[in-house]
Amino acid sequence: MTLNQSADNETARRDARWLAPMLLLALLVAMMVALAVGSVAISPAKIVQALLGQSHDDVTSQILFDARLPRILAAGFVGAALALAGLASQTLFRNPLASPSVIGVSNGAALGAVVGVLLSARFNHEGYGLSVLLSLGGGLAVTALVFALGKGGRYFGHALLLAGIAVAALCSALTTAMLYLAGERLQSIVFWLMGGLWLANWREALLVAPVTLLGLVTLFVWSRDLNVALLGERSARDLGLDLPRLQRRLLLLIAVLTSMAVSVSGVIGFIGLIVPHLLRLITGADHRRLVVPTALGGALLLILADTCARTLASPAEIPVGIFTAVTGASVFLWLLQKRRPVGTP
Amino acid sequence: MNLRVENLNFAYQHGPPVLKEVSLRFDAGRVTGLFGPNGSGKSTLLRCLNGSLHPQGGHVLIGDRAAAKLSPREIARLIAVVSQDTPVALPFTALEVVLLGRYPHGESWRKDSPEDVQLARECLTKLDVAELAERRFDQLSGGERQRVIIARALAQQAPVMLWDEPASHLDINHQLGLYRLAQGLAAEGRVVVMVCHDLLLAPLFVDQAVLLNAGSICATGSIGEVLRSANISKVFGVNVTLNWPTNDSIAATLKPTVPAGSGG
Repeated sequence: MTLNQSADNETARRDARWLAPMLLLALLVAMMVALAVGSVAISPAKIVQALLGQSHDDVTSQILFDARLPRILAAGFVGAALALAGLASQTLFRNPLASPSVIGVSNGAALGAVVGVLLSARFNHEGYGLSVLLSLGGGLAVTALVFALGKGGRYFGHALLLAGIAVAALCSALTTAMLYLAGERLQSIVFWLMGGLWLANWREALLVAPVTLLGLVTLFVWSRDLNVALLGERSARDLGLDLPRLQRRLLLLIAVLTSMAVSVSGVIGFIGLIVPHLLRLITGADHRRLVVPTALGGALLLILADTCARTLASPAEIPVGIFTAVTGASVFLWLLQKRRPVGTP
Repeated sequence: MNLRVENLNFAYQHGPPVLKEVSLRFDAGRVTGLFGPNGSGKSTLLRCLNGSLHPQGGHVLIGDRAAAKLSPREIARLIAVVSQDTPVALPFTALEVVLLGRYPHGESWRKDSPEDVQLARECLTKLDVAELAERRFDQLSGGERQRVIIARALAQQAPVMLWDEPASHLDINHQLGLYRLAQGLAAEGRVVVMVCHDLLLAPLFVDQAVLLNAGSICATGSIGEVLRSANISKVFGVNVTLNWPTNDSIAATLKPTVPAGSGG
């Protein structure tokens, strides 16, 4: 028993070194596949030709560069942002089941987006920009509210979680209420609630990319702080970490990453929960090994899910949130059957 | 190096005073035992000493620097704490937990250097848990976990050790090992302060004793002076007589009756 376990850990450590390169390779392959498939199939040779700028086929170039590539990039950056926000939440609450949705930030951002849709309908405005802005604002405002309500508690996590659950429920009730006011805009509201990337263009990809990269670099730079944060406030302080300050910063980072992701793609669940959780089984809990694979894994998962969403029922689109939830939930159930989740007593 | 407190007063928010006018001095090269009943302020005193609690009155001086003016990180390089409340459910291996002791040294994203890993393994060896290095912390027994936490404190390489009930969960053999380790650390020129509940084993390894009662110092000095029967019965309400037939042995007589005059 003892020997097996220590051998397990040794193997895990060795595997972890190959994890990031393997995920990167898988990500590149997935992107190639995603570029190739769709209403018009494009052969890998043609894709390479077009990517090298040697294609003379304008239609192919147009499909690749104006439709598929920006959408794939947006999916990758959104997936990475969601996975990183999930990892940050799990560390913040020292709970492997936490995700940004428990502090209400996704619901707040979705509410903001829906208000944006309705306002722009009222003023006959195209409205997409307004929704992006309001969903960012909604996510940040809800996080600030939850923090203000929760910081009085004796233990950081408990009060914040309770406040988060209450505020999330309130936001989703308000969002549901707006469905009745939606009228002919119902379709675009459903988009924010179920999540999808069919509106994603270069603008969205370029909007979310810097935020995701910033989140990745920040979490990587903080990775030892995050390790120590798992010890709880007293022991962290004894080792020289100002945990309350790190918690405030993490909360802000989670809010920004999640709101940005929701503003581009609506609410896409389970990536933030499942990706860090799954990778932690391979790397262990050390954030220095966990942060980069989490970003790559999130990008990979959402690109795959989005490719299924747009091809399986083509020309119709299936909301991508259905795919992430189905894969996420089944993987999660499988894990629960197989072994208890990392970090639970 | 020494650690001093002068006229320390502390109360938790909206609470009664926990420490009242406490003045103490802990010198390098000596093991100090902090004794006292539950709730007498021992752990609170330790947390004031490393600056994680801010006293309402008085000063804490680490060497010649005021603890209030040092950052948590600077303090963690000077003081290694073993506290009573490390969470059990840590998803790290024992070796990774010990390596967390290197946190106050070096940059945040840095990989553990080979020297750090070497040091961490040596610390595990000193606590007789080297073979548990790759085991998950949350799968260890209580005593094994406690020894890993003490190894983490050693890995901090700080000149001051503040240990809160370091012997808890340890069997008698490992308790002896722990107290010898404390003596060895003091002999290397460190300040060692331990909160102790055990009046039989710990006194043999303590150079200086402090007896706290209801937030005030009841007695301080050599172990023989401090742990006199009169003090023990006054503070703990228990009839115990401790004798030191020789320098390195102890004899205790315990009468499990309520002492006369305690009103019970």
